Amino acid sequence: MSGWRGRRGMRWAGMAFIAVALAALPFALAQVGTSWVRITNYAILYVLLALGLNIVVGFAGLLDLGYIAFYAVGAYTYALLASPHFGLHLPFWLILPIGAAIAAFFGLLLGAPTLKLRGDYLAIVTLGFGEIVRIFLNNLSRPVNITSGPQGIARIDPFAVGSFSFARPQSIAGLEFSGPIKYYYLLIVVMLAVIVINLRLQNSRIGRAWEAIREDEIAARAMGINTRNMKLLAFAMGASFGGVAGGIFSAIQAFISPESFVLVESIMVVSMVVLGGMGNVWGVIVGALLLSFVPEVLRWTVEPVQLALFGRSLIDPEVIRMLLFGLAMVLIMLFRPAGLLPSAVRKRELTGHAA
Amino acid sequence: MDTFLQQIINGLTAGSVYAVVALGYTMVYGIIQLINFAHGEVVMIGAMVAFTVINALVPYGLPPLSIVLIGTACAIPVCMLVGYAMERLAYRPLRQAPRLAPLITAIGVSIVLQHLALLVWSRNILAFPQIIPSRSYLVGGAAITTVQIAILAICFGMMVALAIVVYRTPLGTAMRATAQNPQVAGLMGVDINRVIAATFLIGAALGAVAGVLYGTYYGIAQYTMGSILGLKAFSAAVLGGIGNIPGAMLGGVLLGIVEALGAGYIGDLTNLCSYEALASRIADCQGGGNFVLFGSNYQDVFAFIVLILVLVLRPSGLLGERVGERA
Repeated sequence: MSGWRGRRGMRWAGMAFIAVALAALPFALAQVGTSWVRITNYAILYVLLALGLNIVVGFAGLLDLGYIAFYAVGAYTYALLASPHFGLHLPFWLILPIGAAIAAFFGLLLGAPTLKLRGDYLAIVTLGFGEIVRIFLNNLSRPVNITSGPQGIARIDPFAVGSFSFARPQSIAGLEFSGPIKYYYLLIVVMLAVIVINLRLQNSRIGRAWEAIREDEIAARAMGINTRNMKLLAFAMGASFGGVAGGIFSAIQAFISPESFVLVESIMVVSMVVLGGMGNVWGVIVGALLLSFVPEVLRWTVEPVQLALFGRSLIDPEVIRMLLFGLAMVLIMLFRPAGLLPSAVRKRELTGHAA
Repeated sequence: MDTFLQQIINGLTAGSVYAVVALGYTMVYGIIQLINFAHGEVVMIGAMVAFTVINALVPYGLPPLSIVLIGTACAIPVCMLVGYAMERLAYRPLRQAPRLAPLITAIGVSIVLQHLALLVWSRNILAFPQIIPSRSYLVGGAAITTVQIAILAICFGMMVALAIVVYRTPLGTAMRATAQNPQVAGLMGVDINRVIAATFLIGAALGAVAGVLYGTYYGIAQYTMGSILGLKAFSAAVLGGIGNIPGAMLGGVLLGIVEALGAGYIGDLTNLCSYEALASRIADCQGGGNFVLFGSNYQDVFAFIVLILVLVLRPSGLLGERVGERA
């Protein structure tokens, strides 16, 4: 029998183990290939996005199909303020909050007119909003060149503090830190912060208000919850997380164009949240990691298999990836509507009876 | 040439295609309150199947009209099969589920269909064979082509046929009964499953024809064409009042016209050089230059703006009845 003290000890040991594993991971991955460190970085970016969307979809129950627009806003904010495009080179710790604030403003812009909408109508309007943002990004190159249109913005500054740049490889204490590995640690720190915020939010007064709105908006209003402000807050908060992720994306990529912010990306993030379990932070993380890594693993296995069997690549791995996304969404809804790791309340709502 | 009349004609043509696609959305929504997200994909598959068949038949030297008809005749059953399959496999098991579940499923179905189409027809933009000789006629200073006339005639013919089916046949009565109250309709001896399947089949058949018309009109087809067309058609359905069949027709035509007029005039309206007070301050305007804020490449934005405006100002649409709050 492990007592209270024992369980607590176990918990610390578990956390220490995870910390060591997370710290060692990029070096292990680098042994396989630097590209896997990059893939991991993108997976963490998707975790950030999925956690941001989880606030809107999972906590507040507002299905947002245009979430990638906020990612785009964050990415373009960073790109415009830290690239030769306008000749501005502000430091990242200044731009990221600006990007988050602008994204939050766009969140309000989307939220305000759609307050009265619910469910499927809201989904379509948010989808339209995402498309509008993309159309503007594509066309705001004339008459004044703001976004460079479809060509996108190149040579975006990497994150740097003084002479420490995240893009340059560097040797610290005998270990070789490549650019992607540095970004990996940064992303891990941001991800942990976002996870903590998510967990704290969930059980806060705000989180419970969102849950009440999700379950029954009219009842929530009757209980004295200011549903308007709470829904706007959900939109703004979710959007600001997307904005931060977008800024980091911009810096890692060093190049962005509207191509990166298409509808499919929004849907991908939604399917991560849905697959993992709407409303459950850990479920969402699992969903995002699964849908980021499984396609990559497939890419590395399906291609050689196809080459061996048919002598050429018949099916583009990208297509397999998308087919997987689609099938995952259908099958999850059919057989496990609350996701892989459902939150207890969500499970009750989505299956129609007590868990 | 008269720009206004020309844009009205263009808008009517595109709008009547939107209307036919919108019917597919609105009928399904009317009966099971589901936004069949994958309907645009059905339209795309219709266009693609017709594209393949028409391309295969062209070398045989058949009369052009019969080639297009055969292409359409092949597209319709394929689309009906797709429509039936998705209802049976993806939507029927979720009929009692909360509304978010079938919507997410529908998005999934849409992605799957789109990428299956990518596998079959590649990701290239396919040039739709333009085999029907197109002549244009002058009507009051604007040109209208034979293709446009044919599209208008076919679309309005289909709308009338659908109206007859819905309002004058036993199946239509059963559909309307199911839309009002599935349980009671079931108790009155209506086989709800059959009626819902029939709705999907009719919608898919209309979608197939719309796909062929769209492909013929714009001369291109691509595996992604379904999503933007679907969105516009959905906006049209909402504009008319979702679930309302005449509303979808009206909404489609109106949306087409708004879009065409918007695309036709936005460039002139936002050309700052045409405003005296501003022109003198903008360097680009000197010597007859232009300073256009928003050009016709913003055309696709109009549908979304219409959609958002309608949902905010009059969520029940132009012809829809005000419905109680449904969670």
